[in-house]
Amino acid sequence: MNAIVSIKNLHKAYDSGFVALRGVDLDIAEGEILALLGPNGAGKTTLISTVCGITVPTAGKIMVGGHDTVTDYRAARSLIGLVPQEINLEPFETVENTVSFSRGLFGKKKDPARVAEVLKMLSLDDKAKSKIKELSGGMKRRVLIAKALAHEPRVLFLDEPTAGVDVELRKDMWNVVADLKAHGVTIILTTHYIEEAEAIADRVGIISKGEILLVQNKDEMMSQMGRKELRVDLVEPVETIPDALMKYDLVLAPNGRAVTYTYDTRAERTGIRTVLNDLDAAGLRMADLQTQQSSLEEIFTTLVKEQSA
Amino acid sequence: MNWTAIRAIYVFEMARFFRTLTQSLISPVLSTSLYFVVFGTAIGSRIETVEDVSYGAFIVPGLIMLSVMTQATSNASFGIYFPKFIGTIYELLSAPVNFLEITLGYVGAAATKALFIGVIIFVTAFFFVDITVQHPFAMIAFLLMTCVSFALLGFIIGIWAGNFEQLQLIPLLVITPLVFLGGSFYSVTMLPPVWQTITMFNPVVYLISGFRWAFFGTADVPVAISLAAIAFFMAACMAAIWWIFRTGWRIRQ
Repeated sequence: MNAIVSIKNLHKAYDSGFVALRGVDLDIAEGEILALLGPNGAGKTTLISTVCGITVPTAGKIMVGGHDTVTDYRAARSLIGLVPQEINLEPFETVENTVSFSRGLFGKKKDPARVAEVLKMLSLDDKAKSKIKELSGGMKRRVLIAKALAHEPRVLFLDEPTAGVDVELRKDMWNVVADLKAHGVTIILTTHYIEEAEAIADRVGIISKGEILLVQNKDEMMSQMGRKELRVDLVEPVETIPDALMKYDLVLAPNGRAVTYTYDTRAERTGIRTVLNDLDAAGLRMADLQTQQSSLEEIFTTLVKEQSA
Repeated sequence: MNWTAIRAIYVFEMARFFRTLTQSLISPVLSTSLYFVVFGTAIGSRIETVEDVSYGAFIVPGLIMLSVMTQATSNASFGIYFPKFIGTIYELLSAPVNFLEITLGYVGAAATKALFIGVIIFVTAFFFVDITVQHPFAMIAFLLMTCVSFALLGFIIGIWAGNFEQLQLIPLLVITPLVFLGGSFYSVTMLPPVWQTITMFNPVVYLISGFRWAFFGTADVPVAISLAAIAFFMAACMAAIWWIFRTGWRIRQ
């Protein structure tokens, strides 16, 4: 993998004694979208802040585009854009000036055309002269993204970009992210919305209690670790599951009109064929069949539970 | 050096100043005019001369210094405290800039604002009293150095402050008394000997004295000592800021 961000054995302990990161190893490939999924307090924000230079690592090494973020911070940081979780903006400035300021701060020459382009991409072009305090919450979030993109970063960190955002805007954000990926920007986003990771990420990293539990291609993760359910609708309702079918741990629907069989896609044999045969042999007539893949949410919950155990 | 970043910070900070231009300028001009009316005209008419200078003219350098010092401190402290308060500091910390660049941007802007105000008060003074400046270059140099060093001090206060009360505390409790007792309105030689000695521990005395020398050619302390004092003050502030950024004190965890 051609890693644009490479994190090795990263530890972070705050002065208060709280240990936020415990030996994180993570490589992020150029051009991918990586979603970091984890409960509150898992260390997602600390991880991002440490890569971006807002917090200082206690131990470990971070390379961005081949530059060490501590010893060669100028080169490393100029490749990074950061969209923080909180809406932190200068309320009395105009959108245009705020975005322009960010560009200058990262050492890029003034370029009104580039700023206009970024604003357009985020549908902020008609708000360029507006003061930030006049904008809605969703617009402010877009300004934060515009600021992070003003200096043309190659890596963009989005810290919970859709926390507290309505459904429509969330979908808009996802489109923006997809657009950025198309422009070759590597994106790392943290979220605790599993559907978000499921919808836009190429890879998913699960972080809990300062450790990365798993990083994997999203589809692979879901097919390898996902459990599937087979639901069989019955023509005639039954009161109990026949003894002959007890070994399958079938779950009977409350109205007795359907049974659900759970199987592991990783297993050599899923057992679907024999279940169906045995259902037939037991005299249960099938009206319909459907299968359903379990979501990342379940994978996530299982992993976090396993860690706690 | 990331000059583009320094310029970006400077321009952004100056924009704040120009946004609130009226309140930024009117209040110091108004308060200084009041000083001229009260001290220069009403009380000053009963005081003949101080060191051969009319009292109204005598207080001009002190009044300029008073405004410049308080303005430089409050502008710089607010300039860096505000991003901390509203959270935009994250951007500074994640930008490819070092402490010197951040300091130059913020302190440069705060010093410029204070300089503006100093010049405006100087011009205002002409409407009230006759003044001539004997050493114009020295006057400019003292004014600039005072703007910069108090902006540095303000910058440190802004980083240290955890809330708005603390932001006001040092200027109110330390700087204002030091400036008032630093000979803004009187010559140190007018004090009883014991107080003269105590006054010499007030660093502001050296600044006001040096500045007044630039105007009238007379000073409470030798000009060289004034210069040394301001240089020392500036160096101490720079060292403190260097330490703050090196350790991340109150900014970077």
